[in-house]
Amino acid sequence: MIYADNAATTKMSEAAIKRMTSVLNESWGNPSSLYSHGQKAKETLEEARAEIAEAIGAEPREIYFTSGGSEADNQAIRSAAAIGRSQGKTHIVSTAFEHHAVLHTLEKLKKEGFEITLLDVHENGLVVPSEVEEAIRDDTCLVTVMYANNEIGTIQPIKEIGEICRRRGVLFHTDAVQAIGHLPVNVREDNIDMLSASAHKFHGPKGVGFLYAKRGIRLTNLIEGGAQERGKRAGTENVPGIAAMAEALKESVAKIPESTARLTAARDTIIEGLRQIPHSALNGDERMRLPGNVNFCFEGIEGESLLLLLDDKGICASSGSACTSGSLDPSHVLLAIGRVHDVAHGSLRLSICEDITDEEVDYIIKSVGEVVGHLRGFSPVWRDLLSGKREFIL
Amino acid sequence: MALYSEKVMDHFRNPRNVGVIEDADGVGEVGNAKCGDIMKIYLKIKDGIIVDVKFETFGCGSAIASSSMATEMIKGKPVSEALSLTNKAVAEALDGLPAYKMHCSVLAEEAIKKALKDYYDKNGIEYDPALFPDCDSCEHCSI
Repeated sequence: MIYADNAATTKMSEAAIKRMTSVLNESWGNPSSLYSHGQKAKETLEEARAEIAEAIGAEPREIYFTSGGSEADNQAIRSAAAIGRSQGKTHIVSTAFEHHAVLHTLEKLKKEGFEITLLDVHENGLVVPSEVEEAIRDDTCLVTVMYANNEIGTIQPIKEIGEICRRRGVLFHTDAVQAIGHLPVNVREDNIDMLSASAHKFHGPKGVGFLYAKRGIRLTNLIEGGAQERGKRAGTENVPGIAAMAEALKESVAKIPESTARLTAARDTIIEGLRQIPHSALNGDERMRLPGNVNFCFEGIEGESLLLLLDDKGICASSGSACTSGSLDPSHVLLAIGRVHDVAHGSLRLSICEDITDEEVDYIIKSVGEVVGHLRGFSPVWRDLLSGKREFIL
Repeated sequence: MALYSEKVMDHFRNPRNVGVIEDADGVGEVGNAKCGDIMKIYLKIKDGIIVDVKFETFGCGSAIASSSMATEMIKGKPVSEALSLTNKAVAEALDGLPAYKMHCSVLAEEAIKKALKDYYDKNGIEYDPALFPDCDSCEHCSI
């Protein structure tokens, strides 16, 4: 099996599993308990917090553990909205291709009276910092822009956006779920006020993530109860998951220079290979993209059948077609970069891991070409395109 | 649990009756590329019997499997029998489809009906228009 869906989830690293097991076996007490066995769990928890803080250039007290990226996104946005409302500021700036954890939270806030401006991400899938500046108003309380897009992998000019927000006195949140552990992220240098991350995207366990919130930002609770996480997130901490997340993050961050070189080379070979398929197009900027992300549209075919046939060939991938989402619309990300429905249905995302071999890269290119050719062979859309009855878009 | 039944996967992997009939007696195309599936059915009819049938499909796994199964179910059958083929029968023959994919079997039924209507129209055969639902007004694809 070639697992090329690392943007969906990753395999846990050996070191993370080892640390998780050791916590489960030895440090299983409740961190809130007073006796030494509980305090041992507390130490484990705080050790993990310090490691995570260090990995992103934050202070330990600025890290809040959550159940994952979605919760962190919800809490960050809700918090900024509450702060904004208390100051009479009810305008939020974001982008059209955020993760649904962000977009759906913004939609809810809209119903609660907030005004939302969604910035254009243009054909290359990149936010233009000057457009952020123009969108900010006197009543803007938050700018939230994802660090790297989960589908097309484009990396946003976070540092510049953060700088603008800081200058204009607006809180800046970034959903960095796809970036943490894959790109060097430093919240201080990048001018980030709040950041969301999820462990299972960087070889940690599922069901655990964190929110970084700069000192002084008053968070709003999503879950009420005990005084865990400085009173901002109730519930007994997922100590084994948190410890494993810290381990995975340390490991991933240390490997970034090495893995980036390997991934970039493999990614660019796949992009070049898939470009040879006629009437195909890369989605998202070619350079400003995650080192492991490849996303293509192939005209005349539909993505779900492409995925099923790749699965038969042992390749795990993903698509933005409507049929893979259970809805009628294809991916909002592909629509946001201007792909029309007809071609957005024929998309393929490959998100590779640095352990990919040259043989696997070649096999992926060959297999995608075969499958696309096979499906086009009996596609009425492809026939119409060839006969000129329908115009090629790509 | 797999997304699809073994039968769906079999018809998806090895679709029966794939292709085009150049001198078809009836052709029906339904769906649109915008919503991600198009089915086209070609019929060869002799003495009221469907002697040959081919299909082309742009769509997901269940759309391809539904077309394949539907063509198998009407091949060699009288036109009257093909006309009474229901999407439910197609889905059942495939050992079921996930609820949100039932639409694919509807497309197969409608594509066959549209091809039969085309055959009637071309040959000046009278028919009850109520037999042929208007696919274009179906809400499913109205984006």
